[in-house]
Amino acid sequence: MFSLIQMQAEISLVVFIVLILLADLIMKEPHHKQLKVIACSLTALQIILNIFPTSEELFGGMYHSTEISSVVKTILTAGTLLVFLQSSEWINEKDTSHKAGEFYVITLSTLLGMYFMVSAGSFIMFYVGLELASIPMACLVTFDKWKHHSAEAGAKFILNSMFSSGLMLYGLSLLYGSCGTTYFADMTNTLSGTHLQILAMVFFFAGLGFKLSLVPFHMWTPDTYQGAPTAVTGYLSVISKGAAAFTLMNILMKVFGNMAEEWSIMLSVTIVVTITIANIFAILQSNMKRFMAYSSISQAGYIMLAVLGANAQGMTSLIYYVTVYIVANLAVFAVIGAIERQKASLLLKENKRLTESEIYEISVSRDTYNGLYQTNPRLSFVMTIAMFSLAGIPPFAGFFSKFFVFASAFEAGHWLVVFLALMNTVISLYYYLLVVKAMYITKCDNPLPSFNSSKSVRACLFICLISIIVLGICSNVYELIFRFA
Amino acid sequence: MDYTIFILALPLMSFLLLALAGMKMSHKMAGTIGTLSLGTVTALSYITAFKFFGAERIDGVLPTSTPWNFLWLPFTESLHIDMGIFLDPISVMMLVVISTVSLMVHIYSFGYMKGEKGFQRYYAFLSLFTFSMLGLVVATNIFQMYVFWELVGVSSYLLIGFYYTKPEAIAASKKAFIVTRFADLGFLIGILIYGYYMQTFTFTPSEEQLMKAGMVLPWALGLMFIGGAGKSAMFPLHIWLPDAMEGPTPVSALIHAATMVVAGVYLVARMFPLFIGFAPNTLHIVAYVGVFTAFYAASVACAQSDIKRVLAFSTISQIGFMMVALGVCTATNPHEGGLGYMASMFHLFTHAMFKALLFLGAGCVIHAVHSNEMSAMGGLRKYMPITHITFLIACLAISGIPPFSGFFSKDEILTACFSFSPVIGWMMTIIAGMTSFYMFRVYYGIFWGKTNENYEHHIPHESPIAMTLPLMILAGITVVAGFIPFGHFVSSNSEIYDIHLDTQVAVTSIIVAVLSICLATWMYARPTQPVADMLQKKFSCLHRAAYKRFYMDELWLFVTKKVIFRCISTPLAWFDRHVIDQFMNFMAWATNAAGETAQPIQSGKIQSYTMWFLGGIITLTVILLLH
Repeated sequence: MFSLIQMQAEISLVVFIVLILLADLIMKEPHHKQLKVIACSLTALQIILNIFPTSEELFGGMYHSTEISSVVKTILTAGTLLVFLQSSEWINEKDTSHKAGEFYVITLSTLLGMYFMVSAGSFIMFYVGLELASIPMACLVTFDKWKHHSAEAGAKFILNSMFSSGLMLYGLSLLYGSCGTTYFADMTNTLSGTHLQILAMVFFFAGLGFKLSLVPFHMWTPDTYQGAPTAVTGYLSVISKGAAAFTLMNILMKVFGNMAEEWSIMLSVTIVVTITIANIFAILQSNMKRFMAYSSISQAGYIMLAVLGANAQGMTSLIYYVTVYIVANLAVFAVIGAIERQKASLLLKENKRLTESEIYEISVSRDTYNGLYQTNPRLSFVMTIAMFSLAGIPPFAGFFSKFFVFASAFEAGHWLVVFLALMNTVISLYYYLLVVKAMYITKCDNPLPSFNSSKSVRACLFICLISIIVLGICSNVYELIFRFA
Repeated sequence: MDYTIFILALPLMSFLLLALAGMKMSHKMAGTIGTLSLGTVTALSYITAFKFFGAERIDGVLPTSTPWNFLWLPFTESLHIDMGIFLDPISVMMLVVISTVSLMVHIYSFGYMKGEKGFQRYYAFLSLFTFSMLGLVVATNIFQMYVFWELVGVSSYLLIGFYYTKPEAIAASKKAFIVTRFADLGFLIGILIYGYYMQTFTFTPSEEQLMKAGMVLPWALGLMFIGGAGKSAMFPLHIWLPDAMEGPTPVSALIHAATMVVAGVYLVARMFPLFIGFAPNTLHIVAYVGVFTAFYAASVACAQSDIKRVLAFSTISQIGFMMVALGVCTATNPHEGGLGYMASMFHLFTHAMFKALLFLGAGCVIHAVHSNEMSAMGGLRKYMPITHITFLIACLAISGIPPFSGFFSKDEILTACFSFSPVIGWMMTIIAGMTSFYMFRVYYGIFWGKTNENYEHHIPHESPIAMTLPLMILAGITVVAGFIPFGHFVSSNSEIYDIHLDTQVAVTSIIVAVLSICLATWMYARPTQPVADMLQKKFSCLHRAAYKRFYMDELWLFVTKKVIFRCISTPLAWFDRHVIDQFMNFMAWATNAAGETAQPIQSGKIQSYTMWFLGGIITLTVILLLH
């Protein structure tokens, strides 16, 4: 019992989940507004309670939390808070407000799964965490289940997820067969790179590659991202990805340390293919959410560059990249969500006899952004800065995060991969700027009228904007993460 | 002295506040915010100066301090960029100068800019400029200086182009930015060489680091001087300053007379120990450039008819004086040889005050007659008594008439020049004479002579108190500043330097100045100016050349447009358009085509997705097994 308390991050999160669940049950309807406040403040409390990194090993090494994994948990929680902030308008809508409590509980459950994944000390624990992070996620994706696109997205997600879990589990069983244990610490020395172990590693990698949406395990991503509610897409694209990236690097370094040569080849190939394919597809997208899906696939490729570094510096770059990516991407999704809702309600008012899916198509299309600058200058500004950061334009944080991952891969000697990735940033710059161009340059006679988002969306945008600027300028952030890595 | 951080923070905060929320404020509110923050900064600067100069001397030297230092970008153990505050005699002296002049300009602008569109923007830019300039002088290392150096350049650009609907102002702001930026390239290369060879950005490298630099140091310092020459408008990079007068006049007073343009002098003074110890020849080049610039600008100033242009060229000429003073220092006698350093800083101090006064006075005049041209003025002394008296004080100061401040500082410069080389000494004395001549030409042109007929339609009047108060304060400073024992505060080796007037030099310079003033009086004080007109006719060729600034702008235009654009840029542009662009177009086309070809893969069918998934696993396994 005593040792349980030492898993304080997980325990407190479970307590908070239960509290929200109880609040949802006890409080009188409509209570979505109060629930939002409760959920946001409890998440903030969760951040504050676990702000100081600790390291613990429990249950004979099954649970192994290091200082750096606690840092990662805090970052993921902060990202989740941003998602809660920006989801408020969507959750307040007529169709969803009655199940607001579910949204918070399910989202925090996936976060709990990620906590376990991040601080796993054994493959059993890792797998439980992974599934805890995946299955509720499918519920989130289908949250608008009466809408065709959301239901389709959910179906695709859960089927693909099952498939990849199955393969991964097969890989893990092969590992167990070859090592006789599932504990990370014991496996390290028994792995020597036999053919069986290579096969197992590839299966394991494919399983996490699915979560990270690396090519060719990415096929579900565009369909799911496009169909899921926008706030969920945002959550899926950053938080889930961040946790998976950290876990992958952690396990590759810790468990497969002896097979570094093999996995660095595997990663190099995957990175180049991922970034290139994602870019090629992203160029042609005019649906913003689908476009962001491909963008997030290519970003995953850049994150993997840090794994190639395979040392503390690489780990720091990875976490720094994920942090910067979280704020920039969430800013973009907050804008997309706001505009989507605005445009949809406008179309409904005009009453043009459009079907639901047609309205949805139009509201997330890039053409909706034409001339946005004239009517909503502040929103356009945030979007622009976020796009600049994603494209890696100095002095925004995205530039530095790209710089650090390139540097760590370069120092490990993967200069060819770095070169190809650099070439790809040019392409990515093109498609990110297409959005900026639509907002500022493309002529439009009737741009989306000026509107005000709710306070919490604005707060989310403000936090993201400040972070994009400050994270880049303050070198202390990188140093701070490095201290724990 | 931890509070010094507020000296930087307050102007920055007022800039952010005014820039972000200024449009929602009334003019008065915006101006008050800017002025109050600057007033606090001024008070803090005075306290800092009081504490710093009042501190106990250690081994006869004032202790320098670094109250704030923040490691910003570490490269290696010794090579890192810091941001901080460094206090030593010259930086504290500059704090006083900048905050004083800036405060005067803030107050003055209340009257001068009253009712202008963009009043809040104006105050925001003023705050930004003050922040940048203060950051420049308190820099703890050369790179921080460079960062703020560029910020100063940007704010100068913004302020020159303040009237952005006026094409001349836009052209002038671009010109100023491009010319100084071009010079800054030299500065940057100098810094990079400095950092690369010495592995440090500090102003005071260790012996060991200096050994590593060896022969490269003079080059690095010389390149840095190019940057300084650009900002301080040394010949031939001076061409931007006269045009910069398109900005509002208080801006000219603050930026283009008192503070930013002396940044180059400050830079040389900052690097002075290195110059004098390791690059004395480079220092001599500084001196020669200074002499020529001073002479050139003085001769052009004699022929200009726009009063702000005259003042601009006068500024260039006076900065030439400061550069010369730095350049004539010698290392043979560390104490006496460093007289020029002290004199240069002294002149920087006094000049900032009386030149700001001249510009603000000119601003009052322009405010009254709505023109910059001397032909629209004349006989104004009756209408604007306060402006008249204060302007006269400034003219006397710049001419070097005792007991006004300019006399003392200029006298030290001349003494330093004479002790270095009599030729330079005499040349500077003659240039000093020219200074009094053209200044009094302007003075008589504005306040004496024939009363202009236009006044019947529009009677000029004295400016409001917001504008005259700064004039009176600055005039007061100009009267007394000469008696400050400046050598006790600032000297080349930080030891006390007792200023003593060299009678011979002082008498000569006074005689020359008085003669020039008499000449100017004889030529320009009367309603008609037969002598001047006659001379102008007789030497029309020379007058035209001087009026046209000896065709320097045309020469630059020729070099850039005809030589660089045509011979270098055109072929490069062709290469760019036909080879590089085409290659890029091909790449873009290829990417697009690939995208369209690959599109069907994303079919939306889960079966095919799993196929790809499995295919990926198989491919990776095969690659790894074959490896």
